Amino acid sequence: MKYVIIGNSTAALYAVEGIRSVDKKGKITIVSDEKHPAYGRPLISYYLYGKTDLEHIAYRPADFYEKMGVDLILGERAVKIEPKEKRVLLQSGKKAGYDKLLVATGSRPFVPPMEGLEEVENKFSFMKLDDAFALEKALSPEKDVLIVGAGLIGLKCMEGILGRCRSVTVIDLADRILPSILDEGGAAFVQKQLEKKGVRFLLGDSAAKFGKNVAYTKNGKEVPFDVLVVAVGVRPNTELVKDAGGEVVRGIVTDDGQRTSIPDVFAAGDNCESFDISSGTRRILALLPNAALQGECAGVNMAGGDAHFANAVPMNAIGFFGSHIATAGVYEGECFEDIAPDHYKKLFYKDNELKGYILIDCIERAGIYTSLIRNKTPLSEVDFKLLEKSPALMAFSAAARREKLARRQ
Amino acid sequence: MKRIYAEEKWCLGCHLCEYECAYANSGIADMVKALKGKDIFPRIKVEDGDGVHFAVNCRHCSDPICVKSCIAGALSRDGDGMVLIDKDKCVGCYTCVMVCPYGAIMPAEGGKVAQKCMLCTDNQMNGEPNCVKHCPNRAIVFEDRG
Repeated sequence: MKYVIIGNSTAALYAVEGIRSVDKKGKITIVSDEKHPAYGRPLISYYLYGKTDLEHIAYRPADFYEKMGVDLILGERAVKIEPKEKRVLLQSGKKAGYDKLLVATGSRPFVPPMEGLEEVENKFSFMKLDDAFALEKALSPEKDVLIVGAGLIGLKCMEGILGRCRSVTVIDLADRILPSILDEGGAAFVQKQLEKKGVRFLLGDSAAKFGKNVAYTKNGKEVPFDVLVVAVGVRPNTELVKDAGGEVVRGIVTDDGQRTSIPDVFAAGDNCESFDISSGTRRILALLPNAALQGECAGVNMAGGDAHFANAVPMNAIGFFGSHIATAGVYEGECFEDIAPDHYKKLFYKDNELKGYILIDCIERAGIYTSLIRNKTPLSEVDFKLLEKSPALMAFSAAARREKLARRQ
Repeated sequence: MKRIYAEEKWCLGCHLCEYECAYANSGIADMVKALKGKDIFPRIKVEDGDGVHFAVNCRHCSDPICVKSCIAGALSRDGDGMVLIDKDKCVGCYTCVMVCPYGAIMPAEGGKVAQKCMLCTDNQMNGEPNCVKHCPNRAIVFEDRG
């Protein structure tokens, strides 16, 4: 059996492990346009922050590829899938034939058309290790940085660089920070913390026009900068599958075994959609755990096993300068809230199930909440009053506790 | 593989396991010096309810969601099935805290990295779990249950 994997990040690595859990011998080839062995992609901000280094950023031990019997082709872009011939064309002109193919191409930064952007010399995206290296070179203590985008990527970038430049200003069209994971109150809570650290926010505003070292905002402000980071959003890399005739809506469409609509072609990671059981909708869940679970599922099925990934939920753990945020699910239904100067907690429940939560600086044992969402545990089976106070296994029945604590998991 | 199992009907709620855990992982040979007057950050936690007590620590799951969620590759599973954390690789994002269904992985002292039970293989106890050894009522045991 010949396996080809396009991409070399989380989904790809878990696919390798999934394949090898079934098939110890088949030939696995990974093709990636990045030139580095796999690294913890979200760690690029921690690298700039000084919490990790190039020795520790590797996502797997150095001998991983060799031990797993993977032929690793780095710095090479896959340009076309030919499903009839069952091969992938590479930019160099080489061809890689496959029996089973995984497309784990992730996503890329979305840079909207902005007037004058081409005049800006020092502009960066923040998705790859090479982006972090390039940004690092441009930083120094007398530089002012403007980040366009107050989402997860923009703000983690901010954390990474705040101590390495003179100032950071973050601008976002949205009226609050981290709009994809926080409600208004939570966003205001975190914004206050960050402003205390010296970050300046321009919200409900956007860069209407750029000069070489200045942004003119829609609301009439002039923001000079030395370094610009564009972190507006990401777009899934779906083109290879789409051009080969595979079904793509927002992301690549797969079944719960990660099969695309093209025979023997699988997809996993930030380039494809998931069925989010908390909202009951198909959507892209560009999260590392989701990529891992999809990748592993794809790998097992590529090798002839029978795996299903059917309980995807959005979840994010993120933090800044020692604060910690955990969020999951959707914010619908009734809400229990516990808000104080030092923490912010909301639990959302509906139809006898926990649907989502927002926890800021009270994340301890949050996984107990997450498991209620992922397992769709009927709240009538647990002591929800107790869970409102804090996550605890005590809230489960004695039989359920015995199952959890006295048996092998 | 031998794992730690909790038998709640025998648990007295004395919390001794928490102290024995903190001591085992302190790196200090003298228990009084290790614990006296200090806040402890044990990797095992006793829950107390209405006449019910039990200890919770890492289950060393066969299919560990914490490992698959780790953004740093700091969590892994060894050949025997023990779930390990490499503190040098951990960046303290606490995605593992967000996903562990048992609430058995937690911020370490100082809050910079996560910590979890490694069955006393990573401390001065040489693989003999100190919580189990000192439980006065055998409410936590170290056994192979398949």
